[in-house]
Amino acid sequence: MGVPLWMYLTVAAALFSIGIYGVLARRNAVAVLMGIELMLNAVNLNLIAFWRYQTPFNMSGQAFAAFVLVVAAAEVAVGLAIIIAVYRNRQSVEVEDVDMLKG
Amino acid sequence: MTIPALGDLNLYVALPAIFLALFTTFLLIIDLFIAQEHKNNTAYLALGALAVAFVWNLLTFNNNTTAFLGMFVADSFSGFLNMIVLIGAMLTILLSMDYLRRMGIEQGEYYSMVLFSTAGMMFMGSANNLIVIFIALELLSIPLYVMAAIRHQDVKSEESGIKYFILGAFASAFFVYGAALIYGATGTTNLPAIFTAVGEIVNTGSDSIFYLVAGSALIIVALGFKVAVVPFHMWTPDVYEGAPTPLTAFMSVGGKAGGFAALLRVMVVALPALTVQSGDAATVWQLTLAVIAALTMILGNVVAISQTNIKRMLAYSSIAHAGYILMAVAAAGTAGVSDAATRGMLVYLLSYTFTNLGAFAIVITLEKEDGTGTAIEDFVGLGRSRPMLAMMMAFFMFSLTGVPATAGFIGKFLVFGASIEAGLVWLAVIGVLTSVFSAYYYVRIIVNMYLRDTDKPSEIVGETQFVKYATYISFTAVLVLGLFPALALNLLGGAQITLASLF
Repeated sequence: MGVPLWMYLTVAAALFSIGIYGVLARRNAVAVLMGIELMLNAVNLNLIAFWRYQTPFNMSGQAFAAFVLVVAAAEVAVGLAIIIAVYRNRQSVEVEDVDMLKG
Repeated sequence: MTIPALGDLNLYVALPAIFLALFTTFLLIIDLFIAQEHKNNTAYLALGALAVAFVWNLLTFNNNTTAFLGMFVADSFSGFLNMIVLIGAMLTILLSMDYLRRMGIEQGEYYSMVLFSTAGMMFMGSANNLIVIFIALELLSIPLYVMAAIRHQDVKSEESGIKYFILGAFASAFFVYGAALIYGATGTTNLPAIFTAVGEIVNTGSDSIFYLVAGSALIIVALGFKVAVVPFHMWTPDVYEGAPTPLTAFMSVGGKAGGFAALLRVMVVALPALTVQSGDAATVWQLTLAVIAALTMILGNVVAISQTNIKRMLAYSSIAHAGYILMAVAAAGTAGVSDAATRGMLVYLLSYTFTNLGAFAIVITLEKEDGTGTAIEDFVGLGRSRPMLAMMMAFFMFSLTGVPATAGFIGKFLVFGASIEAGLVWLAVIGVLTSVFSAYYYVRIIVNMYLRDTDKPSEIVGETQFVKYATYISFTAVLVLGLFPALALNLLGGAQITLASLF
């Protein structure tokens, strides 16, 4: 195999970090959600790479990745619904405007 | 790989949880045929399902069997934990029924969501595989996001929902990243198999230990978010204040029970041998957890003092209690103490469930339709106007402080004992000191109720039949557990999550 495992892991780690940056730095709630998706996709890349290189005969890595995809879809459904509720109340999806509760 | 026969899967030990999950799916459909005026029927069905699962769980209690080819395990630990979350869910439904109608947010889906989340907690306590833990974690969390935002016309509830959702999903991503690293290092997601692989990695001094340490750190971060320990607690007060009050109660007890169950099982079953060098007595993660527990106890109790809203105060109190429970998990890092620590944690969770649900039940009786009535000032004069209610609230506050003869004391006693046994004496000292300190804000409520008087004591708007039942049940349980701790301890018997019970 031409591409060594560490290259995949590096790309995944970079993607994960970009996702974290997106969650922490973006102001738009939809962009924050995209950051979370990026993090989950980084995990999938990791899982598949580990599966291919470490345990190609044991399917648990692939199964895990499939479950992560499904759960990510469920999460997005709920997340977008909540974001729409926020938009209806405040006419904005900027996370900085969501600041009623503090103390 | 051969396909196993259905009989080999040992499905029967997982049936209480499977039953609850399946029934809930049907409840969603049945609910469509129940008229809006009769939504209480949905709640009765949900209560019935929880009762069936509870009895079923008692029947399969303590049979130490694995199911689904080792992905799911039923032992006395998961059995006891199931009891805690089922009791918590039943009391939550009792608290919710009239509250939802009063607040104009009665929707049948609410009860289905409570049940889904409860099923997630049950799977969480029994999960023996990182994949199952992840799915159970999401099954636990996603309904909670929905319920936090269920009063979506109200900006506070919707804000609570989005905050909880973003931080919860963020934490889940950390969990899977950690799980992926552990999978990469060990080549398996099965917890006992991870244990075997970790032993080899530590003995051979392989570089894979880097992945293991990073992976377990990420899992601690993720589950730390879920159970709200410092420094991952920031969402807690906002979410607790904005969410509907019965749900706040449910989140504070159920979410904690599920999160701590998974944390304890991952740490004790999969990673007890994770040491820097082979032969070290204490594990890598013990000190980390101990420091987090100390910070959590200190910060939770200190910040709680300055709160003026009872829901926020109980949120910080729940952070502090997460610290005490985390102390038990840290103690489990010393070989030989894990059984005592497990028992301590379970008893603590049980007593905290009753005490906290009781305290929230009283908050619900005071909360008005417009969301006011939850200030600490609203308790002034309650001792004279409603002596019985005030007496129970005082008792719950004493139990949260950990005064002897209440349930809270038994939990703290066992947890501190385990911590000292594990050699973490400094942690136990911090625990005792912060408990004493916490009396300041718990007793302030009692002072408000009895020693201060007002011409216009708060109106009791929410004291309906079901809320009364929940309050009395919690009160009796706190009293009985406090006076006869042997009852819970006998039931626990040999509750342990050793490897032997898993293979």
